[in-house]
Amino acid sequence: MVNIQEKISKICPSATFEEGENLLVVVPDKDWYQLAKALKEDADLSFDVLSALVGMDWKESIGCLYYLTSTKNNWNIITVKVVAENRENPMLHSVSDLWKVALFQEREAYDFYGIKFINHPDMRRFFLRNDWVGHPLRKDYDANPELNPIRMDDEVNEDKTCAYVEKDGKVVKVEGKVFEEDEYVVNIGPQHPSTHGVMRFRASIDGETVKKVDVVSGYIHRGIEKLCEDLTYPQTLHFTDRMDYMSAHMNRHCLCMCIEKAMGLEIPRRAQVIRVMMDELMRISSHLLSFGCMTMDLGATTAFFYGFREREQVLDIFDKTCGARMSMNYNVIGGVVADLHPDFAKDVKALCKIMPERLKEYHKLFTGNIIGQNRTKGVGVLSKEDAINYAITGPSGRASGFACDCRKRHPYSIYSELDFKEIVYTEGDSFARYLLRLEEIEQSIKILEQLVDNIPEGEIRAQVPKIIKLPVGRWYQQVEASRGTFGVFIESDGNKNPYRVHFQSPCFNLVGVMDLCCKGQMIADLITIGAALDFVIPDIDR
Amino acid sequence: MKREDFKDNEYIDQLVEELNATGANVVVGKLDQLLNWGIANSLWPLCFGTSCCAIEFMCLGAARYDMARFGFEVARNSPRQADYIMVQGTIVHRMAPVLRRLYEQLAEPKYVIACGGCAVSGGPFKKSYCVVNGVDQILPVDVYVPGCPPRPEAMFYGLMQLQRKIKVQKFFGGVNRKEKISEFFAKHPELEGQM
Amino acid sequence: MFNFGVVTNWINELLVSVMPQWAATLIECVVIGVILLVLYALLALFYILYERKLCAWFQCRLGPMRVGPWGLLQVFADMFKILIKEIIPLKNTDKFLFALAPYMVIASSVIMFACLPWGYGLQIIDYNIGILFILAVSSCGVIGILLAGWSSNNKYTLIGAMRSGAQMVSYELSLGLAILTIIVFAGTMNINELVWAQENGWFIFKGHIPAFIAFLIYLIAATAETNRGPFDLPEAEHELTAGYHTEYSGIHYGFFYLAEYLNLFVVSGIATLMFLGGWMPLHIPGWEGFNAIMDYIPSVVWFIGKAFFISFVIIWFKWTFPRIRIDQMLAFEWKYLMPFSLFNLVLMAVFVALGWHF
Repeated sequence: MVNIQEKISKICPSATFEEGENLLVVVPDKDWYQLAKALKEDADLSFDVLSALVGMDWKESIGCLYYLTSTKNNWNIITVKVVAENRENPMLHSVSDLWKVALFQEREAYDFYGIKFINHPDMRRFFLRNDWVGHPLRKDYDANPELNPIRMDDEVNEDKTCAYVEKDGKVVKVEGKVFEEDEYVVNIGPQHPSTHGVMRFRASIDGETVKKVDVVSGYIHRGIEKLCEDLTYPQTLHFTDRMDYMSAHMNRHCLCMCIEKAMGLEIPRRAQVIRVMMDELMRISSHLLSFGCMTMDLGATTAFFYGFREREQVLDIFDKTCGARMSMNYNVIGGVVADLHPDFAKDVKALCKIMPERLKEYHKLFTGNIIGQNRTKGVGVLSKEDAINYAITGPSGRASGFACDCRKRHPYSIYSELDFKEIVYTEGDSFARYLLRLEEIEQSIKILEQLVDNIPEGEIRAQVPKIIKLPVGRWYQQVEASRGTFGVFIESDGNKNPYRVHFQSPCFNLVGVMDLCCKGQMIADLITIGAALDFVIPDIDR
Repeated sequence: MKREDFKDNEYIDQLVEELNATGANVVVGKLDQLLNWGIANSLWPLCFGTSCCAIEFMCLGAARYDMARFGFEVARNSPRQADYIMVQGTIVHRMAPVLRRLYEQLAEPKYVIACGGCAVSGGPFKKSYCVVNGVDQILPVDVYVPGCPPRPEAMFYGLMQLQRKIKVQKFFGGVNRKEKISEFFAKHPELEGQM
Repeated sequence: MFNFGVVTNWINELLVSVMPQWAATLIECVVIGVILLVLYALLALFYILYERKLCAWFQCRLGPMRVGPWGLLQVFADMFKILIKEIIPLKNTDKFLFALAPYMVIASSVIMFACLPWGYGLQIIDYNIGILFILAVSSCGVIGILLAGWSSNNKYTLIGAMRSGAQMVSYELSLGLAILTIIVFAGTMNINELVWAQENGWFIFKGHIPAFIAFLIYLIAATAETNRGPFDLPEAEHELTAGYHTEYSGIHYGFFYLAEYLNLFVVSGIATLMFLGGWMPLHIPGWEGFNAIMDYIPSVVWFIGKAFFISFVIIWFKWTFPRIRIDQMLAFEWKYLMPFSLFNLVLMAVFVALGWHF
């Protein structure tokens, strides 16, 4: 740690340091870009993944927190705090040319806080309507519904982009265009069967070939992060189930762990085992759904039904123990809400027994099919460098050779004791992503088999105070959700509700590579790529 | 399902009473019954899911629940060919005009089911700055299905209620439809003219 | 075998005996027309149910169950619904072409349907170029699809129509060549003669290897011609929402829907005619007793049964395979299927010339 600190102060003498969960570097905006470049490119530092970008309003100032991870140096995490000089018209230097993932992350920060990023090529709103008044996550946001009523007039496509470029020490606004006038732009979504929700792509095509994809998001943006700020910690939990509903347990696990970490709470062993088992069951259910949806998007409708058949079995296990098929609301701060159903072990064993056979059936039905292979092999290839640059984690990242499994890299809960393999492919195409998911189901089964006979007796919940207050500080926790690394950031000012909560969703990054992957492919491939990346829209929009 | 098993028979009875108040020709009445039988048994949904409820809707179509048994399985992706929108999930400000447009693109006779807490009232996101608190603020809704997300059984119940409602409507003269829309405008005068 | 021609002739004579020839012909035409349309509608409805049930069984489901016993009345409910559905007039479209397109599609499908030989003596027109006529009419359907896609003024429909045009034009070749192979073998294009030529064994058995290859090619090309999976690109639900008929509602959409299913029956019927002996029962030369038993089954049953079987195979394709991509589809036709069918045609000619068939 000292080494890094010294190194940074050598590069950027104006930086100050704060000790916390991990090293926090505070730099003024004018030195930020230079430091960022060094952080990424210096061989000793090489923080090559921008894990999270959190916009913040500290009342007296506005700025951003950057969570950077180094894949080369032991997956170290470092936090950089950059504060804008002017609160009314905040501007920061963009790092989107260093970490491509910041392209969308910075647009999000602009939408929420009005932070303009200098040199960012495309500063449009990301989640809210073009004609939205104000920036909702600022503490001085005027929530008067008359300012932003439900507008029933159709939103005008915003084809104009604007960028803020530094010229002779002054920041100048430069206008650009998303599409040229003679381009044939096909609108895919928001209501479209294959966007898996209400995502909208505007694809410029030439014949059947896609030239450019413009992602328009926000059709299910519910403002969860803002809502959390008004709720107590236990009340915030239920939102996690409704973001990526296909990894509800993991997301909630993550938020609970983050709060528990801040409280310094010790979780009973039984609760930890139950949580991990639920996580893995959720992963199976999620990957089965991905399998089903991907095959259906490719036209093999029957495979979808086979995937759902097994998924129902997983849902039955949830139903018995948690009382719901989806949105289980099972994890709570300190443990889990209810003890396991007496049939739990039996049901899990039954599932573990049939899954290998059923997987063989899937392979027979779809994997070996020549049309299926032709449709997926070599489609939407993402190189390892791009995967790291765009912070693509989860099955999609691992299919590109980016070994990013959080369960191995930052082992949490009891994962360090478990024996399972991190599956990594190097092809980086849709077929690899598809296969990888099916193999991950096998690994999850393996984890379940290890645990199902070793669920310790004991408490399912630690004693927690009635009113939960976190000490002043900030915490960041990551878990491996079914679509990638899910991160929760909490900043507390000592009250019973959080000052700022940020959810770093894996799907947000996934949708960022759509343009890169689809360029030069066919329209049909756009659907394949979307299905293989498998993003969940409410997780992107939050 | 038997009549006694449904929970709000009073509503249907009242609806029947209101509709029968004017009386109907025997031939037209019989023809009405036949057509209503057709409409009620061939409800083709528009694929319209915004969040979690959509996944439960997929389960509804999958093998265990199999909505094909009722003839609901022909999910159309083009609103022109669908019969009802099942609003599955939260509707936010950006989505509201899109949903309205989809509703307008549906061919008559058309129905709306608000499925899940978010579509009924805004659900857990009621206090958010950009969530529409219930689709009934922008569309006339026929059936509400509460739940977060509703179980497939609940969705079936909602669909069967819709079937019951359709079976008592009058197709000729469009009594139902006009009343529904005029009621709607009475409640939301600001939307008139936009529709 | 019962000759249905006896019945039709008797009716004809009855009519002629009470009225002049022209009136009799007129009445017959009207009656035949009505029967055809009713049969067309009923068969299409049956096919819709057939596919829905079959695909449900492939997918471990039950399919329609609640409307009528085993869901038999389901399709009638659908029919009533679609009949009264609103037809939405669109702004900024070519109104005439927009309205014309579904009729083009359905008309070509009905005409093809009319040419099929249903049973011994149950054939409406007997051309000497019957098969050629069917092929020619089948290509008219694509105009309807192209018009539908073009006149809707929608980008999805336009892409759907373009795909459909490319697909139909390409696969028509293989389809034609496969049929040509059989024509070379049979030496006639007359439908009736084609059926009678298969009295001693269906062409698929008699024609040796090339006939079998032609049968496979025909099945693939026919699947593509009817826009069914894995070649359902013009509709490609998951890419183009509903393809070329995205903008159609009500009965206009119903026409597309009906024509899609009926075309399935028509191509199955042609396959039956060309390869499986039409309405001809299964005869094995020399097995007189067996042949006599086979003759007891009415010829209509033979024809419909075989057609349903071929349709079953095509439906099976759809619910098993993923959808093929446009470039792969064209490459498959032009690089593999077409040269192969040309080769097959030559092979058949050689076989016929050397008499290497049964």
